[in-house]
Amino acid sequence: MSRLAARFAQLRARGERALLPFLTAGDPSLEATPELVLAAAAAGADAIEIGVPFSDPIAEGPVIQRASERALRAGANLRRVLQLVAQLRPQIEAPLLLMGYANPFYAMGAEAFAAEAAEAGVDGVICPDLPPEEGADFYAALAERGVDGVLMAGPTTTPQRLAQLARQTRGFLYYVSLTGVTGARNRLAPGIEAGVRAARQSAAIPICVGFGVSTPEQAGEIGRYADGVVVGSALVSRIEEAANPGAAAESVARFVAALKAPLAAGDRAV
Amino acid sequence: MSAQAAQGGAGEPGRFGAYGGRYVPETLVAALDELEEARLQIAQSAPFRAELGKLLEHYAGRPTPLYRARRLSEALGGGRIYLKREDLAHTGAHKINNVLGQALLARHMGKRRVIAETGAGQHGVATATACALLGLECEVFMGAEDVARQAPNVFRMELLGATVRPVQSGSQTLKDAINEAMREWVTFVRSSYYCIGSVMGPHPYPTLVRDFQRVIGVEARAQVLAAEGRLPDALLACVGGGSNAMGLFHPFIADEGVRMLGVEPGGCGVASGRHGATLGEGQPGIFHGQRSVVLCDDDGQIFPAHSISAGLDYPGVGPEHAWLRDSGRAEYRSATDDEALQALLDLCRLEGILPALESAHALAALPGLLAELGPEAVIVLCLSGRGDKDVPLVRERLRAE
Repeated sequence: MSRLAARFAQLRARGERALLPFLTAGDPSLEATPELVLAAAAAGADAIEIGVPFSDPIAEGPVIQRASERALRAGANLRRVLQLVAQLRPQIEAPLLLMGYANPFYAMGAEAFAAEAAEAGVDGVICPDLPPEEGADFYAALAERGVDGVLMAGPTTTPQRLAQLARQTRGFLYYVSLTGVTGARNRLAPGIEAGVRAARQSAAIPICVGFGVSTPEQAGEIGRYADGVVVGSALVSRIEEAANPGAAAESVARFVAALKAPLAAGDRAV
Repeated sequence: MSAQAAQGGAGEPGRFGAYGGRYVPETLVAALDELEEARLQIAQSAPFRAELGKLLEHYAGRPTPLYRARRLSEALGGGRIYLKREDLAHTGAHKINNVLGQALLARHMGKRRVIAETGAGQHGVATATACALLGLECEVFMGAEDVARQAPNVFRMELLGATVRPVQSGSQTLKDAINEAMREWVTFVRSSYYCIGSVMGPHPYPTLVRDFQRVIGVEARAQVLAAEGRLPDALLACVGGGSNAMGLFHPFIADEGVRMLGVEPGGCGVASGRHGATLGEGQPGIFHGQRSVVLCDDDGQIFPAHSISAGLDYPGVGPEHAWLRDSGRAEYRSATDDEALQALLDLCRLEGILPALESAHALAALPGLLAELGPEAVIVLCLSGRGDKDVPLVRERLRAE
């Protein structure tokens, strides 16, 4: 069983929902990232998404775009992100996922990347601009190395395709809550629950909801029907606003704990 | 030549050899399916083609002339040089061919709002024009640097009722405008139509745009046959994303004796690293929804391109060009900023035509091509746009010298 599958099974047994915070590797610096990841894990993160910076991140809103630019300026690249995961892996129990765009992965080569990701201890990979039709070689290479290739679905996904994605994904299905880019929103988009329930009909795979989720209240609302919640921009904003790395780690820990609280309470029917 | 090559290399729809495809966020998949359906069911239908044909003739001013540039030929020491005068099409460039097609398609699809990106502003102006004509709302994304260097076109778009949204992210040029247009499309995917400006992006755009631009080559082929009684020895066009070149080349692909030459922006010289010569210097990569050739580093980070012409200032290229290059059917070279500027000045003085800086890159490749082909060579060059928009920049450069 993959580390991700084991974690979801464990949470389900406890009646909990997963919190998956996202932060960009190398933001604000490569040195600061391990401390931020450890702070998130210690504060209750169930799995952590580590963003691989890219020059042209078309699915990101302004907050994560800026984080990506800061990280690139700080010298982050895919190789260094993999080194960072390798360094963190022995210190952390939570599954670690990479979220990044196709070109850096393919610049390394699908096979080479899969091998190095497995070696570093990466548990899952999310690639927003690589649908399964285009990334067959990539997802197969990951699967062969025991790394989960997490696919995304969303509100415009047709029912037929949703069923297909739910069967093809590994680890969990990432359900994009809205039509749009990443970033905090005042309220949740309508129809998320229906989308999640439709996906559930197709496959017994955990479903996590991301994009536009920025408060503990919103996380708790989604926790009623989904297996997990991804929070990115709202967390990255706190890192951006922190005066120094120490303050950033404290802020991350506080926010992660607040987001996890409504997801930790047991007594839920799936 | 294989049947596949003759029809442009697309074995499976949207595939050009190893290039093309659909590398997009999941949210756009259904919209691209809808567009592909519209391309097949609407854009290829006889009534649609008749409607578009009328607009191209009575509104855009097609067919554009194929003009024999005798004084230019004399100055270059030979050659029978024909200029396909896309600069004379409405709005001053070939861009109108594509946008009339796409805006009409948008209307047939029931979309009321059109979004577009623009580099030099030509595609933005054309899109704003087509939207005004067809009663559609129009929003154009433009890199902040391009907004500054193409001020006249920004105001033209506004006059036409479009909203221009300056893009501050990244290198603040065309690639960033495309990023932002795609983000906007992801957000308003159900109600908005994304009118992409070149033969690039996720399938079906490279095919859709090529088919709307093919009119350039279809006309030029008939015109040069009428004028010379034979096919040309070579075709010449500038390549940024590559739409005017693809429009000219495509109807000649099966004509094996016709050489096809694309000219990329050499910027300050390819050795300087400041250029946009994607096919010359790039590597295979995934960018803006397609697999093609891109300018990027070993880590896959996209380089900002550089060119004196905002319309060529792009680190990617349409996937069909990448395939034409690999198959050897077309060749690609580059011309520097200085060479393009000189070619622009020469055409002004020799022929009384002020070309766009983009088109001037194709003109700059003429001496080299003539040296290879000899003085009797028949060459068709796509004069893709007029240079009025570049007057302030050219003046500045000349003063600086």
